[in-house]
Amino acid sequence: MKDITLGQFFPGDTLIHRLDARVKLVLVILFIVELFLVKTLCGFAFMGVLLALAVAISKVPPKMMLRSLKPLLLLLAFTSVLNLFYTKGDPLFTIWKLTASWQGLELALFMMLRISLLIMASSLLTYTTSPIMLTDGMERLMGPLKALHVPVGELAMMMTIALRFIPLLVEETDKIMSAQKARGADFESGGVLKRAKALIPILVPLFVSSFRRADELAVAMECRCYHTSGPRSRLKVMKMCFRDYVALAVMLAAIPAILLGTNQVLFSIIPSALG
Amino acid sequence: MNKTEDMIQTIELGFSYPGEGGAPVLQGVSLTVERGSFVAVLGHNGSGKSTLAKQMNAVLLPTEGKVLVEGIDTREEARVFEVRQKVGLAFQNPDNQIVATIVEEDVAFAPENLNIPQEETARRVEYALRAVDMWEYRTHSAHQLSGGQKQRVAIAGIIAMMPHCIVLDEPTAMLDPVGREEVLSTVRRLNRENGITIVMITHYMKEAAMADRVVVMDKGKVVLDGTPREVFSEVDYLESLGLEAPQATTLIHRLRGDCPSLPADVLDEEEAAQAILHLFEGVAG
Ligand SMILES: Nc1ncnc2c1ncn2[C@@H]1O[C@H](COP(=O)(O)OP(=O)(O)O)[C@@H](O)[C@H]1O
Ligand SMILES: [Mg+2]
Repeated sequence: MKDITLGQFFPGDTLIHRLDARVKLVLVILFIVELFLVKTLCGFAFMGVLLALAVAISKVPPKMMLRSLKPLLLLLAFTSVLNLFYTKGDPLFTIWKLTASWQGLELALFMMLRISLLIMASSLLTYTTSPIMLTDGMERLMGPLKALHVPVGELAMMMTIALRFIPLLVEETDKIMSAQKARGADFESGGVLKRAKALIPILVPLFVSSFRRADELAVAMECRCYHTSGPRSRLKVMKMCFRDYVALAVMLAAIPAILLGTNQVLFSIIPSALG
Repeated sequence: MNKTEDMIQTIELGFSYPGEGGAPVLQGVSLTVERGSFVAVLGHNGSGKSTLAKQMNAVLLPTEGKVLVEGIDTREEARVFEVRQKVGLAFQNPDNQIVATIVEEDVAFAPENLNIPQEETARRVEYALRAVDMWEYRTHSAHQLSGGQKQRVAIAGIIAMMPHCIVLDEPTAMLDPVGREEVLSTVRRLNRENGITIVMITHYMKEAAMADRVVVMDKGKVVLDGTPREVFSEVDYLESLGLEAPQATTLIHRLRGDCPSLPADVLDEEEAAQAILHLFEGVAG
């Protein structure tokens, strides 16, 4: 459970930390769009370098970037296997009745790179942006939706609270699990059904305590004059400045670079004799 | 504002939670909390202490009688934020009071809600964090602080409203001895140096002994109200309510059975030692 890095923030004072939260959100969205435009290994290398550069500037330890992938290893392995065997094309090898193809290998590799880069880019966003700035940024970006009566402010507050309570609930789950283990509970053996059943004594206390927390938090927020009508001020005011525009320009310039540049490079892992 | 006006006044306050068969949780509570005072509230579990605390800043409203905060009736709906700014309420579990991840952002929560301009919000955050001695931790993540530090951040979150009074509902109940001492000395300082009126609900007699005045509740009623000396000298009555007077007071109380010349209103070990010494000197001399 300690591996969960979702929503963690590493305070710092680097260029990446200082970028406007709205800009960082847009940058990540652009980065993800670009990941889906990329069609060649060369393109992925380009995206990888872009991300590595950002990580280097942010001074977030590379180990933390890799750790953000850990909870997704199973998913990555699963999709890779599916892609490898279920893509029709030139045969690579055969196990039992399943045939892997060169095209499948390429697709599996691309999908893995895509998901990994996507997760790492989003993690870099939360590592370098304080949760309040992040949710404030979202609130501002979604501002126009207020006209459609979308409760943008409340959604942002929900995000803030969710991010705040993730580490707390992770810790609590750990505690409950150890307590149940000490009483002889077994979470590691048995079939899927047995393991799922073993989770009930964890989930029930977790839910009960979450509801109690929610109740107490609601009262505490009321005591601090929280209300959903009328404007709220901010401790930190967002202001776009030169570096924000430069960062946006770089990420926008990457789109033609990908479409006209890296995607034209005819370098493929599929042997040309087969292709 | 009238300077002599009381901070909080409850007049024949009665309250029952909706449903529950309407059994009253508070009955005929008439209390006056004077400006600048430090009041401790004692009572065993279920005696209505938390309910009383929530009445003091309009989180709950009286079903009988009324509550006045600096003269404002808490039932005046339009002035509810005014009341909550004047009387801040802090709870037992700091984890469930802290809204934002980063310390300074959490402390800014109340001023932001009140739409205080940015510079003033920043000033208040600094004032509040300095008042609880947590300014160095302003950019830390609340999750990584100790229990005592978290509780001080939670108190800072209330100070940022610039309240005239802070009501603390068992603020030390979840803390280790070190955290407890941190919070208590902070509360005492807020009372003495920042002039904030304090109402502290507690289970610990020693903490109650710090107050100017102790109020004891039982079954939704105020049963004792006086200085710590006056209240703790009622050792037998406190015991019948499931409460124990401080150990030193109880010791002297027991000894008084044989030596009636001992004083009845001993508060701590130091005074108990003095009293016994005095007794021996009297015998020797
Ligand atoms: N939200 C609630 N709904 C219904 N009854 C409640 C609620 N909160 C407390 N009570 C009841 O009110 C009584 C007083 O509780 P409380 O004020 O929490 O006492 P204390 O803080 O002294 O332990 C108890 O009998 C409790 O069961
Ligand atoms: Mg209580």
